[in-house]
Amino acid sequence: MEALAQAGSGHPGGSLSSADIVATLFFDVLELDANDPQWKDRDRFVLAKGHAAPILYAALASRGFFPREELSTLRKLGSRLQGHPDMLKTPGVEASTGSLGQGLSIAVGLALGARMDDAEWGVYALLGDGELQEGQVWEAAMAAAHYRLSNLVAIVDNNGLQIDGPIVEVMSPEPLADKWRAFGWSVFEVDGHDIEQLHATLVEAQKAEGPAVIIARTVKGRGVGFMEGECSWHGTAPSEDQCRLAVEELRGGLL
Amino acid sequence: MSGLVEATRDAYGRALVQLGAEREDVVVLDADLSGSTRTAKFAEKYPDRFFNAGVAEQNLMNMAAGLALAGKIPFASTFAVFATGRAWEQIRNTIAYPRLPVKIVATHAGLTVGEDGASHQALEDIALMRAIPGMTVIVPADGDEAEAAIRSAVEIDGPVYVRLGRSKTQPITGGGFQRGRGTTLSNGEDVAIVACGIMVSAALEAADYLRERGASCRVINMSTIKPLDEDLLVRAARGCGAVVTAEEHNVIGGLGGAVAELLSAVHPVPVVRVGVDDVFGQSGDPEGLLQYYGLKYTDLASACWRAMEMKG
Repeated sequence: MEALAQAGSGHPGGSLSSADIVATLFFDVLELDANDPQWKDRDRFVLAKGHAAPILYAALASRGFFPREELSTLRKLGSRLQGHPDMLKTPGVEASTGSLGQGLSIAVGLALGARMDDAEWGVYALLGDGELQEGQVWEAAMAAAHYRLSNLVAIVDNNGLQIDGPIVEVMSPEPLADKWRAFGWSVFEVDGHDIEQLHATLVEAQKAEGPAVIIARTVKGRGVGFMEGECSWHGTAPSEDQCRLAVEELRGGLL
Repeated sequence: MSGLVEATRDAYGRALVQLGAEREDVVVLDADLSGSTRTAKFAEKYPDRFFNAGVAEQNLMNMAAGLALAGKIPFASTFAVFATGRAWEQIRNTIAYPRLPVKIVATHAGLTVGEDGASHQALEDIALMRAIPGMTVIVPADGDEAEAAIRSAVEIDGPVYVRLGRSKTQPITGGGFQRGRGTTLSNGEDVAIVACGIMVSAALEAADYLRERGASCRVINMSTIKPLDEDLLVRAARGCGAVVTAEEHNVIGGLGGAVAELLSAVHPVPVVRVGVDDVFGQSGDPEGLLQYYGLKYTDLASACWRAMEMKG
């Protein structure tokens, strides 16, 4: 949040809705080595909703991929922390993303590659629900089921909002679960802010035959009262005062 | 035209099978056109390393990116209009920006697609690929050069676009390929034709025609359009004082654009660009189309006279 305020631009809403999902992945699920970001047996995480880069950077910094102080350089000229993830600049970022609809295809390619090598590592992709309006997501969904990619888990951050309004009003991708099921995926639905449930479901999803998707019901701007459920906070950074309030509230939520 | 041997796409199919035997990390992807692009030969031989995306070119390119991230050297093929048009942004953001070693080998480029008509005749693909930072752009002139270019593409660290054709070509290069190096196929001092793809053989014909009429014409096969062989071009501009470019592509943004951009900045001489004059193609037989759109050797010869007249 502080990094976003200092950057003066960015995407707080979708970063907060993904926060618990990303935290669960990075602290309970993904096998990574911060000292060796290219460790060949690491799990691969693709942030398909690349605009949630701040939450990915926060997780990577917390896991020691780079110093936490560097978060304040977010979006600034010369920073390793680009507005959207850049795998060539940021240690721990697996794929350059930001253009919606492409991350799941990347994950499918990674999963195919892993399977060719009989590799043990898993592939995880975090998608936005507005992102599901991109036709390419469904090309990739079709391919993942066609190739029966059991080493692939997708998570949809279903916060229900996109830039121009509620997803069901802009261009409804519902019924989400039925669509994924029809495309041949195992579908799990969870409260995307319940860390225990998320963890248990991720473990379950890993065991599924073929690709699995977790539809995580979330709240955009989660944890910050004045941001929750407001699409205006999709791509607007908080002012200094708003940031102070937000951080106080988020800290309070941790007590 | 006599002496036609094989299309550049045929050489691609052959080269892929060889590479498949030599390198475990080579994988091939196609989008339901494997018979036409000739990737089917690889698919038959190495089914575990071949992935058909179906009619889904965007997913094709990004699955290739994912496979590259997993340590593979992916070749992704479909028709040029779909590879570079439909999936341009996938190539830009997810292949080129992270500098992934995906080899985009597109067939059925240019007018000589023939009867399928304008929807399938890519005349903008060189421009589209050339505008992407870090992209190597290769247009082989015959089967031998195509084979060498494909083998070379595997060694190039980063994304590569190779433009191949449907129609048979005349063997004129004798094989061999070096990224970023053009080759002089015929010496001359009055005018230089800088050509790529099927237009190289037309350029040689034009040079013969001009020679019979008292003009000496240099012919350069510029099979790498990016990075451009700047030294060779500047030498041609200095030595001949006039340049004609020839490509089976829109005159905007392709080889002609690249040559004009360079020479205007470094060694200005008259540059006449021969190509499709900013219009769409249409159905027809390949020879008839080349004639209709002004891509025959006689058109090149006329352009050469114009360029020579413009010399000071």
